[in-house]
Amino acid sequence: MRVALFATCVNDAVYPSTAIATVKLLERLGVTVDFPAAQTCCGQPQFNTGYRRETEPLVERMTRAFEGYDYVVTPSGSCVAMVRDNYPRIGDKARAEGRGTRLKDAATSLVPRTYELTEFVVDVLGVTDVGAYFPHTVTYHPSCHGLRMLGLGDRPRRLLEAVKGLELVELPGAEECCGFGGTFAVKNADVSTAMGNDKVRNALSTGAEVLCGADNSCLMHIGGILHRQDAPQRALHIAEILASTEEEPAA
Amino acid sequence: MSGTFVGMPAFPKAAHEAVQNVTLRRNLRHATHTIRDKRAVAVAELDDWDQLREAGKQIKDHTLSRLDHYLVQLEESVTAAGGTVHWAADADEANRIVADLVKATGESEVVKVKSMATQEIGLNEALEAEGIAAYETDLAELIVQLGKDRPSHILVPAIHRNREEIRDIFRSEMSAWGRPAPDNLTDSPAELAEAARLHLREKFLRAKVGISGANFMVAETGTLVVVESEGNGRMCLTLPETLISVVGIEKVVPTWQDLEVFLQTLPRSSTAERMNPYTSMWTGTTEADGPKTFHLVLLDNGRTATLADEVGRQALRCIRCSACLNVCPVYERAGGHAYGSVYPGPIGAILTPQLRGTQSEVDASLPYASSLCGACYDVCPVAIDIPEVLVHLREQVADQGGKGHRLEKVAIKAATWVLDNPAVLAVGERVAAKTRKLHPRKIPGPGASQWTNSRDLPEMPAEPFRDWWKKNRT
Ligand code: SF4
Repeated sequence: MRVALFATCVNDAVYPSTAIATVKLLERLGVTVDFPAAQTCCGQPQFNTGYRRETEPLVERMTRAFEGYDYVVTPSGSCVAMVRDNYPRIGDKARAEGRGTRLKDAATSLVPRTYELTEFVVDVLGVTDVGAYFPHTVTYHPSCHGLRMLGLGDRPRRLLEAVKGLELVELPGAEECCGFGGTFAVKNADVSTAMGNDKVRNALSTGAEVLCGADNSCLMHIGGILHRQDAPQRALHIAEILASTEEEPAA
Repeated sequence: MSGTFVGMPAFPKAAHEAVQNVTLRRNLRHATHTIRDKRAVAVAELDDWDQLREAGKQIKDHTLSRLDHYLVQLEESVTAAGGTVHWAADADEANRIVADLVKATGESEVVKVKSMATQEIGLNEALEAEGIAAYETDLAELIVQLGKDRPSHILVPAIHRNREEIRDIFRSEMSAWGRPAPDNLTDSPAELAEAARLHLREKFLRAKVGISGANFMVAETGTLVVVESEGNGRMCLTLPETLISVVGIEKVVPTWQDLEVFLQTLPRSSTAERMNPYTSMWTGTTEADGPKTFHLVLLDNGRTATLADEVGRQALRCIRCSACLNVCPVYERAGGHAYGSVYPGPIGAILTPQLRGTQSEVDASLPYASSLCGACYDVCPVAIDIPEVLVHLREQVADQGGKGHRLEKVAIKAATWVLDNPAVLAVGERVAAKTRKLHPRKIPGPGASQWTNSRDLPEMPAEPFRDWWKKNRT
């Protein structure tokens, strides 16, 4: 089984600890992980802002970078949703515009091999107890892409519940969007902030020490508000909780 | 507040004000969450919801793919049943047809059933210009009309108003339109409803002309269907001598059997009712019962252009249930007026720019008025993939250039170049990491300040992941 990590551009540049945690977690579960250096970004920000043609080189780059791997695993629900939902659309539109099937073929090859981390652990590895230790109260925010587009369902929850020492508390209004939405966060900053503030209010009402999610872009937004408010709670990616052990606790 | 949507600012600007209006936020939050939860319960009762949703989607798609055929069939059926069919290419033509029809009756006032199509074309204003008074008879629509306000929701146009505000509007405005509100009117729902009932009754009994829209038109029989929950609509449809219905061409369905699907999905999606309270159906005219004259004005007004767009056309499946508004976190905070159209919320964000084009500032901003969270798509009873259409329309707006988008395109192109060159990207990441002590958590200036006005930036890491990998795993 050849497994590649797709770190994502955000994690590579801003949250390397999440990508490192993903590597350590998968290795602990007996998976040999590779990191093809040709990878960069899936093109989600460009595509969702309306720049489909500008996204195309990145679709091709992704496909080339991960050629030959059985699984491409990424700690980002929204990047998986980008590949799964939008790569085929990009391919279809290019073909309709008379530019051949190259992009469509790229999508067809990559889509079935691309997995979100919790999906890969639960569905492919068949594991829910990953042997983690994290002695804190945690509340989980299921980001929209994971919740509605990928249908991650209770996979993240089952993984968290099996973590030793972890107390999982229910997040009120969990299914509501946190207001990040990529460029929405700056193009409609007022509404985005209002949504984020409501999310943070709900998260703080749980009394949890940690707000956990599976998408660092949402966590950057929620965490940014928590930090601005000096709140007694921090945002942390699920990979870092699952990688945490008694010997090597999460930072 | 003016009664029209002409000259509205871009969505972010309008939303900026709405977000700060505490009363509005409270009214909307309460109303949308209540109906949202009820809808979820009503939908969960049906084991076959997914099949109904798929059936609704397929019926609409099939009809739209043969719209020319079904519209001609509808015209034949309506004509055979004693009605007259008119075709209107745009708002002006539709307004002129209706005004001429009313004038031909010699009347100078009409009663109206709540209708999105007539609001879309600004019929009330057009009639007013011809000296014809149009009275809205739907309770919420009446509140909007009396308050010289604009609708902010498809189903509950006065959703942004609370009871005290409604009482004040009734007290101060009703007398100018007809029977005044009682002096001692309180804000109890029963009293407010009674005041509206008495005020409207006068109009129903006097009116000779009624104007409506329709939720569905059945091609095989020429039957029109209006779905409402007050009974006021039925008064307008049955009491006047002349009935004029203005209906978008996408509202046709082939057969009565198709109604079976929508009469299950529409009430549950819109008001969380198992069965709709007042469903009025009529086929042309009937001897000694109901209106003697019936006119159907079929409205295009941008719909055929929308139909031509392979991705965007799914917006024409919409049955105006408003479920997408009620679950939308952006609508909940920005309110309906910010969308600058009679179609607010997620459906408005994809329908308005298609019907009106994306030339005006507000129309060009609508496709961006969403975090793409997908809650709208989940609840839509005809499975319109609203996020997909939003992104598709963003592409059109970006392509057309316009304010802010030219610079944005340059920036995106540059970013793509960097992202297509991992070596260059790595250099950039390393520079960012090396200078991390210098990065403030707040940055002034346009663009960055949009983020940092309310949120801190994350601390930059000591090194990018790709360097950690190189050191530790290769
Ligand atoms: S788009 Fe769907 S959910 Fe929204 S009003 Fe139309 S039918 Fe209802």
